[in-house]
Amino acid sequence: MKLEMKDSPGQLVAALKPISEVGGNIIAVIHQREENVTGDVLGVQIVLELQEQRLGELISLIKSQGVNVLRIGKERLLYKQTMIMIGHIMHTDLGDTVDRIDCTGFAEVTELTMVMPAINEPSSARLVIKSVNRTDMEQALGILRGVAKEKNLIIIEPLEATG
Amino acid sequence: MKIAILGMGSVGRGLMEMIDGKDLGLTVTGIADSKSALMDRDGIHIEEVLMAKHERGFCGDKGLSATDVIERGDYDVLVEVTPTDAISGEPATGFMKTAISRGKHVVTSNKGPIALHFASLQSLARKHGVAVRYEATVGGAIPVMHTLQHGLAGNRVLAVYGILNGTSNFILTRMAAEGLTYEQALLEAREMGYAEADPTYDVKGIDAAIKLVILSNTIWKRNVKLSDVNITGIDMLTNDALRLAEDQHCTIRLIAEAVPDKGILRVAPRILPRTHPLVVENTLNAITIDTDMAGEITLIGKGAGSKETASACIGDLLFIKDIHARGH
Repeated sequence: MKLEMKDSPGQLVAALKPISEVGGNIIAVIHQREENVTGDVLGVQIVLELQEQRLGELISLIKSQGVNVLRIGKERLLYKQTMIMIGHIMHTDLGDTVDRIDCTGFAEVTELTMVMPAINEPSSARLVIKSVNRTDMEQALGILRGVAKEKNLIIIEPLEATG
Repeated sequence: MKIAILGMGSVGRGLMEMIDGKDLGLTVTGIADSKSALMDRDGIHIEEVLMAKHERGFCGDKGLSATDVIERGDYDVLVEVTPTDAISGEPATGFMKTAISRGKHVVTSNKGPIALHFASLQSLARKHGVAVRYEATVGGAIPVMHTLQHGLAGNRVLAVYGILNGTSNFILTRMAAEGLTYEQALLEAREMGYAEADPTYDVKGIDAAIKLVILSNTIWKRNVKLSDVNITGIDMLTNDALRLAEDQHCTIRLIAEAVPDKGILRVAPRILPRTHPLVVENTLNAITIDTDMAGEITLIGKGAGSKETASACIGDLLFIKDIHARGH
């Protein structure tokens, strides 16, 4: 989120304090004086992880400190994993395979690259799955393993658990 | 120290050549192959036996057998290097138990008995106050068992990951490097002598899984079995899959993985960054041990070969000799 605050001592701390109060995790604080902003106002960008339902509470807490919230950008799915699938991917209903992940609400297939060499020969596909967190990724992977078993596909997972 | 050697395949012969060529303080007093045996408490002339085996196909007296050597031979350590039977572990397991019951130490390269009967062999050995060592069963020349038992003593091992099968690693290396299909790479592996006529155990991940069982039981002593391992081989891999991985600066390797806290015990092809320490080329093996104090330790080395396997067996033999000499 992008905040605007008075350029005076204690203001930044006052703006950050509510984040921990609502159980958020600060990933980065970018603190830059912008040229087109008048002298006594400071623009600060904060990258943080927070449960979505607590966002409203955070905004009102920050505002109560006299800090303006200018913009909030949401990237819901922070965890990313790439895997490769081999088999009759198309003919075992690729749409359904992707849907089984997408319909969870906590994970999505965000990229798919597929190579189909010839009819009746197994295809290979690279999938990128994004999820809210690591636990959700493991759950999504579990679903995908089940689908692969049922459709006789091979899933090649990365060795490291998350990317 | 006196040793008896069972098995005159490439491992047994390689071992005899090394023992004969080096002054290690080891005297071979008994030798047996599948057809014959010989014994001499003053020490067998190894060169003559190797020559005889080469010329007539058996090593000694056809009236004698392995059982005679084991039951009547004058030796301190039985070196069991007969071919692996991964289903029954016999007759090797029986040979070992007989020797242990006579108060003899055992050194083996034979995966079957260790994977199948680890607990019973160990308890019998404890009862008779002898050692059963099997460095050569996993990772060829890599001293993984010594590292685990001595170098990393006192550490809690959290996980092991490894490339434990050289044949499948060779195939994957060639598929990635030259864009070969699985069938072409397998053919090449056969021509190079890396793959057997029936490559099932290697390419279906069974050999790697057997080694993972041995590693797991050595580390965690939970008595896991081959059937507990979740196995996917490499025989269904396409070169397209390799290319899709390579596009992302990654590659595919057959990884054996044990993480008991997460209930993971599996062998499967996995995607790894090309710069990952486990990404070794051709027939090399690699093992990463993740521990609480030392962190991660990765060992890389030759996973097969007669001289390499001899290295592992001799390491075990000299370890036993060392303990003997100190009077333990």
